[in-house]
Amino acid sequence: MTDISIIDKLKRSKILDLLQEGKRIDDRALDEPRPLVIDIGVIPHANGSARARLGDTEIVAGIKVQPDRPFPDMGEKGIFMCTAEILPLAHPSAETGPPQPDVIELARVVDRGIRESGMIDLSQMVLEKDKSVIGLFADSVVTDHDGNLFDTCSYAAVAAILTSKIPKWEIKDDAPVLVEDQESDTPITTIPISVTMGRIGEFIIVDPNLDEWECLDARITITTNSDGNIVALQKGGFDGFSLEQLVKCSELSISVGKKIRDVIKEATGVSK
Amino acid sequence: MGGREANVVLLDENGIRSDGRKVNETRKVTIKAGVLKNANGSAYIEFGGNKILAGVFGPRDVHPKHMSNPDTGILRVRYHMEPFSVGERKKPAPSRREIEISKVIKEALEPAVMLENFPRTAVDVFLEVLQADGGTRCAALDAASVALADAGIPMKDMVCACAAGKAADALILDVNNEEDQAGQADMPIGYMPNLGKITLLQLDGVLTPDEYKKCIELGLEGCKQVYEIQKNALREKYFSSSDNS
Repeated sequence: MTDISIIDKLKRSKILDLLQEGKRIDDRALDEPRPLVIDIGVIPHANGSARARLGDTEIVAGIKVQPDRPFPDMGEKGIFMCTAEILPLAHPSAETGPPQPDVIELARVVDRGIRESGMIDLSQMVLEKDKSVIGLFADSVVTDHDGNLFDTCSYAAVAAILTSKIPKWEIKDDAPVLVEDQESDTPITTIPISVTMGRIGEFIIVDPNLDEWECLDARITITTNSDGNIVALQKGGFDGFSLEQLVKCSELSISVGKKIRDVIKEATGVSK
Repeated sequence: MGGREANVVLLDENGIRSDGRKVNETRKVTIKAGVLKNANGSAYIEFGGNKILAGVFGPRDVHPKHMSNPDTGILRVRYHMEPFSVGERKKPAPSRREIEISKVIKEALEPAVMLENFPRTAVDVFLEVLQADGGTRCAALDAASVALADAGIPMKDMVCACAAGKAADALILDVNNEEDQAGQADMPIGYMPNLGKITLLQLDGVLTPDEYKKCIELGLEGCKQVYEIQKNALREKYFSSSDNS
């Protein structure tokens, strides 16, 4: 996305022309996200899983739950960790090798939204204080890239967590031992929903697709919880926002987030 | 937020914070421009207990070459913490956190720098955190902006930064390490004061929509205070009465 070809410049002027008429390149309204389809339980070997399709962007998230040692200063809490990867088959520009800064940012923004919302009650995931806790790992892979990986990844991970089950372990001789065929629901407190908006010129658009994504001036991801409060922010892109634009974005993130939350509740059968 | 120290008093009955500040008060900030001999521009900032060095090189040749852009110069930023800068030793290699912070600081500076006249070159900004005390990304961004100006890089505006947040149910300016650990929200903000543009914005923690707006406004007040200190740092180097050659 660093090489600015003549095609990109033409695309940008086309997109901007359309926005001036109140239209988008794929005929959506400015505040309209692409259709979201969530399939749950797509990976039976995982402790929870989901495939999220936002337009043509597709991400599969799988949850693995396993006993772990707690972080040194967090002996009374379980472990939660998010990762993300853009698979080489997802886009011609995707490469194998160590993760690039944009992929690291993706994983950290998704992680932050879920962690800061307190979605998972980690205090209920302790086997033995300071010694043994339950770790919940949400690993997401991008299988098809058509822009806005932040939200797609977040929806996939949230849906996977909502439908995940935690196996039972008992401490025997200082080590956790699995109790077969016993599992419980993951302790959920709220459903965090991220909404990513882009700015092109003076226009704010919700859920930019890849064509739009590549000519954004700036973007912002706002995550809200089920109470409609804001729990995480991440601004990106090579330009900024005015205060008024940021207030508008926060309102959009709440109204759009509510609709997305309903889609995820419906797909997962979880209501919080 | 996962603070374990629930017994820390973040705000006493008189509205005074754990380090003696009022809710709308920043820590002491001092900035010195031009502190390194070899760098084209440099700055040193002390922001409360944060001690950060910024060095700028360029515009200069780009290595590796494929990163160069025939249309414009490119900006590269490395934010790095020394192993001794925090309580427990930090591994020297860049962590995922540092890579992300490098990226957001770069994106906060990009709207300000004008590199179109330096095609196929790079401007490198190195930010070394010698001591960390909460709010390093804002302090590093403040120093970076002064160092870029010191290097003579054309800029549309300075970028100043300060965090706001929430602790003990009150909105507070310039979140310190203790408040970050045990508080309710931390919102670093980067701002171009003359253009009125917010170029860095992140949030950890829960805010109502009303608090969100007030928190940004409070943070911008801090940014403007830092801006004055940044200007003074440059003034001191370039316009002070004593001879500066």
